[in-house]
Amino acid sequence: MSAKPGELLGSGALASAAAGQASRSLWAQAARRFRRNRAAMGSVYILSLIAVTAVLVPMFWPHGIEDASWEKILAPPSFDDWHWFGTDANGRDLLVRVFYGGRISLTIGLLTTMVALSIGVTYGALAGFVGGRTDGFMMRFVDVLYSLPLLFFIILLVTVFGRNIYLVFVAIGAVEWLTMSRIVRGQTLTVKSKEFVESAVAIGMSRSAILARYIIPNVLGPVVVYVTLLIPTNIVIESYLSFIGLGVQEPLTSWGLLISQGSGQLDSAPWLIFFPATLLAITMFCFNFIGDGLRDALDPRDR
Amino acid sequence: MSAFILRRLLIAIPTVCVIATASFFLMRAAPGGPFDAEADLEPEVLENIRAAYDLDKPLLVQFQIYVSNAIRGDFGPSLVYKDFSVTELVAIGLPVSLQLGAWAMLVALVLGGLAGIIAALRQNRLIDHAIMAMAMTGIAIPSFVVAPILALFFGLYLRLLPVAGWNDGAWQNMVLPVTALALPQVAVIARLVRGGMLEVLRSNFVRTARAKGLPEYRVVSAHVLRSALIPLVGYLGPALAGIMTGSLVIELIFNLPGIGRYFIQGALNRDYPLVMGVVVIYACLIITLNLLSDLAYAALDPRVRRAYR
Repeated sequence: MSAKPGELLGSGALASAAAGQASRSLWAQAARRFRRNRAAMGSVYILSLIAVTAVLVPMFWPHGIEDASWEKILAPPSFDDWHWFGTDANGRDLLVRVFYGGRISLTIGLLTTMVALSIGVTYGALAGFVGGRTDGFMMRFVDVLYSLPLLFFIILLVTVFGRNIYLVFVAIGAVEWLTMSRIVRGQTLTVKSKEFVESAVAIGMSRSAILARYIIPNVLGPVVVYVTLLIPTNIVIESYLSFIGLGVQEPLTSWGLLISQGSGQLDSAPWLIFFPATLLAITMFCFNFIGDGLRDALDPRDR
Repeated sequence: MSAFILRRLLIAIPTVCVIATASFFLMRAAPGGPFDAEADLEPEVLENIRAAYDLDKPLLVQFQIYVSNAIRGDFGPSLVYKDFSVTELVAIGLPVSLQLGAWAMLVALVLGGLAGIIAALRQNRLIDHAIMAMAMTGIAIPSFVVAPILALFFGLYLRLLPVAGWNDGAWQNMVLPVTALALPQVAVIARLVRGGMLEVLRSNFVRTARAKGLPEYRVVSAHVLRSALIPLVGYLGPALAGIMTGSLVIELIFNLPGIGRYFIQGALNRDYPLVMGVVVIYACLIITLNLLSDLAYAALDPRVRRAYR
């Protein structure tokens, strides 16, 4: 590994902080590094703005998501009558639908990631902590699932059990935990050999207590990074399913569904695809920048 | 190496079994029987129908029949496309999807590889930042947004290329779908190649090659590229899976008669045998290609063999 002087200094400071004080100072150091990353901080602000407007705008906007006005079908964006993003083929206001769709897309992204997170962390920590033959068997199972085209399986599940938004949550979460479990297992193996775990074993702590008290908190760094990258992945998967008609169903809406409806009227009403696609892309950018920023902040040796 | 091959096969074979089992039991778990529509059948008629489809036999025997049929490539009749068996529909759609996928893969490898190499050789210069910004955009904007925009711009505004349709695989009809399908992979491959190149460029043997006085193009072509491009072989499997998945929406958007469109139509119409058949066939295809890509990777890079234990 080649290290520039600055990098050496950074990791040295980190190591002494980790050794000298509680783990909080490690997180504080990471937070300071993260705050210095302008792209990542900007993304945090933009994303917060999107999230807040997604919640607030549908509550206070003069138009409801299902208010159709027959005089204004496919009206282009204008400031008259509060149709800033124009209207769709049913004369419904696009702005309120885009923000309402954002609410659903973001919620699905977060919830599916939570599902994946809980399965992946539990599974990976267990495999890494128990070790031996159990670990081998559990990880072979992950390998087996890994080599499958999982999106096809989500579609299969949705086909068999009907189109249902809760099924979409569970299906996406249930297939997206694999990488998480691999990351957590690898980290667990590293942490397990540390002295503080050995001393916990020596004073007679139970295995589950060690897992909860020492292993899981210490594997959090890479998990946090992966979570910020998994949320946008899951938002795209949901949009993809909604785009082909298997995800969110009318009268609910999501960015994927709006993009799908917009792509049918590209030449007559390009704004129908422009606004949801732009918001989706901005969200993707923000999560990616935040993920990169967190990775740099939590693992300074990497760059 | 033979131990590695054995180990990988020991994963691949159970995988196929898991798929077959899971798909069979999912099919049986589906709410509603296949003959619910014909509600007022005489009990004897219903009994005969059930016998004709082996539904009266014990579950394990049904499973055995299903597996032995599937091995011979028979996934039963489609429920929606009457008079077609799933195998026939796949035979119609597969050539289209394969052509699309192969071209997209080629474009992704060439464009992504070139972009990654240029970015790495000009690290932290303007062109590097430009390429990486474009790669980020390619990853952030999903193909189902890119495809309609391409169709609008090149098809409707410029009138250079057809907006949609297959037209027996004329190249004009292929350009836009292949581009839309390849772009996300171009972005990922460019990042991958750039990362690999940067790592190799810093290694000792490259310094040695430069110290010997080799011209830079020789260093890059003879030493750097050889080891920097190896990780790409390991990415072929995932890239292929990504292209196959992307192909579903691209075929839908450009109205191409490939497997993806049948698959989505089948999923929307709850055509279980069709969806099941396509999933099993695609899964086996991906597993096989993953296996080949992993084996090639391990053959090229001994470290992979050792790490895989």
